[in-house]
Amino acid sequence: MLVRLANDAVAIACGADAVADACAAAGIIPERVSSRGMHWLEPLLDIDGRGYGPVAPGDVAAILRGEDEHLAIGTIDDHPFLKCQQRLIFARAGKTRPLSLEDYAATGGWSGLDIARASAPVDVVETVLASGLRGRGGAGFPAGIKWRTVAAAPDPCRYIVCNADEGDSGTFADRMVMEGDPFLLIEGMAIAAHAVGAQKGFVYIRSEYPVAVARMRAAIGLSRDLIAPFELEVFVGAGAYVCGEETALLNSMEGKRGEVRAKPPIPALAGLFGKPTIVNNVLTLAAVPWILSHGAEAYAQFGMGRSRGTMPVQLAGNVRYGGLVEIAFGMTLGELVNDIGGGTVGGRPVKAVQVGGPLGAYIPPEQFHLPFDYEAFAQAEALIGHGGITVFDDRTHMGRMARFAFSFCAAESCGKCTPCRLGSTRGVELMDQILSGDRVADHIVTMTDLAEVMKHGSLCALGGFTPYPVMSALRHWPEDFGVSPDV
Amino acid sequence: MATPQLDVIIADFPAEQSAMLPILHAVQHAHGFISEAALVAIAAYINLSRAEVYGTASFYHDFRLTDDPRPTVSLCRAEACQARGAEAIAAVMKEEARGHVEIKTVYCLGLCSVGPAAMVDDIPYARLDQDSARSLILRQC
Repeated sequence: MLVRLANDAVAIACGADAVADACAAAGIIPERVSSRGMHWLEPLLDIDGRGYGPVAPGDVAAILRGEDEHLAIGTIDDHPFLKCQQRLIFARAGKTRPLSLEDYAATGGWSGLDIARASAPVDVVETVLASGLRGRGGAGFPAGIKWRTVAAAPDPCRYIVCNADEGDSGTFADRMVMEGDPFLLIEGMAIAAHAVGAQKGFVYIRSEYPVAVARMRAAIGLSRDLIAPFELEVFVGAGAYVCGEETALLNSMEGKRGEVRAKPPIPALAGLFGKPTIVNNVLTLAAVPWILSHGAEAYAQFGMGRSRGTMPVQLAGNVRYGGLVEIAFGMTLGELVNDIGGGTVGGRPVKAVQVGGPLGAYIPPEQFHLPFDYEAFAQAEALIGHGGITVFDDRTHMGRMARFAFSFCAAESCGKCTPCRLGSTRGVELMDQILSGDRVADHIVTMTDLAEVMKHGSLCALGGFTPYPVMSALRHWPEDFGVSPDV
Repeated sequence: MATPQLDVIIADFPAEQSAMLPILHAVQHAHGFISEAALVAIAAYINLSRAEVYGTASFYHDFRLTDDPRPTVSLCRAEACQARGAEAIAAVMKEEARGHVEIKTVYCLGLCSVGPAAMVDDIPYARLDQDSARSLILRQC
């Protein structure tokens, strides 16, 4: 009997270690694997492919004896939540031990790197370009163009930096890659290093992810010889959201305040320590091994329009079936939230979803026809960001969420540019006045003006995108700001 | 075991500015906070002014510049946890802690599908309700 149990942060937080102890007490040591991403079922016990969850320690003995089926979900691979997905990055989810080189190699690991190393670097860059892979961190910039720029830079000392500062609320796919399939990220970075001629790479991981930090460090140690002469190191952040912005991240690595740099120069030409640097998100780099081993065309067959491939969407917040949904671009928001996510936990109506983290727009159910696609979202004045969807039920007060957006920006602003540093605080004050019913119409005019200034005058997306949640909340739920909807 | 001396901790790192964050993490891990003496010692070691080290240390939410011997519970109060009732959990925790435990607000622990979530000494906790939040606080007291 093969018993598997996840050991990522979600599983641990939901009590998987105690379930593992209960298994051991019943005479069976579970294999600790990555999470399937079916978070409402964690801890999910996988017994020869059949699932039981969420399991409490007291349930274990009877389940192992085959006497308790009340938590049974049947064959895990056939579960509708997984059936509708196209898992390329998360192909190993729930099936391999994160730190087992044996498991990794047995499931096609390193084949992308082997192919890359047998090819000329320029061909690897062209393959990534042809795949249509765009940066998964939020901006959606074509990865191949970034790589080509670094490869063509005159300075031979180059760096690969993986941005694993996954600070957006509602996102956890980077964490799942690092905790569940760390060698995949390492392989992606080694391929990037070969493609652009980099000798050294760093994974910048936020300090809020101690499990990911430990596991990446262990995986780097185990795979050192396999990726040599390329060298990798983990760098731990220190709780600053703005360090997810690539130039703030580079400053942080250089031992400075995490302030955003003005561009140009772009990091591809003058990045870490002034050297040409690829800064890519975890999911971008984790997509690369599949692209190399299956070909650019196979990858580009997934998706729609200019959004090619798959996106690991993260269903979060007040959602019944929360977790990781890797799908080709093009699925509608409504299918994701209602069909796959099952609506809210308690069955109350969905009032809003926020897509793309704290800087993403709030979207009402009337717009659930929107396909998950960079351009379609941009047209609707929204953004995909890092692919997080946070669900809110009808008890949510959107005026207070708008205030929170400003206050979050105020707390996390790096302080370098005025629209963000001062605008965020003025925004909180304006929202306080609006929420207290004081001269609402006047203050909304001022706030709208402020939002314009922040949007166009800020140095980076923190100040520049804070108007998205604020103004979308005002546009769709004016009654929560004390404004009659027909005015 | 005695707390390691500042210079012993710092000497583990290269004497360059890029070691700033790793050094600050190590000092705080050992001493609980970044003291004035630590600012001066780090500055001397990596050849910067005290002001530059202070400027960096004070920028990041993780580093504390004053001592607080109380145990810390980090509670996520970002949007996804708010949508699952984190604000009510924050109130319960504050009441239960009665000032004996620091309730630190963090924005996102990456447990957004199973919130409200918290972390204590690098151990994550999810699906907090009033009872489990109270007992988490009581275990720290």
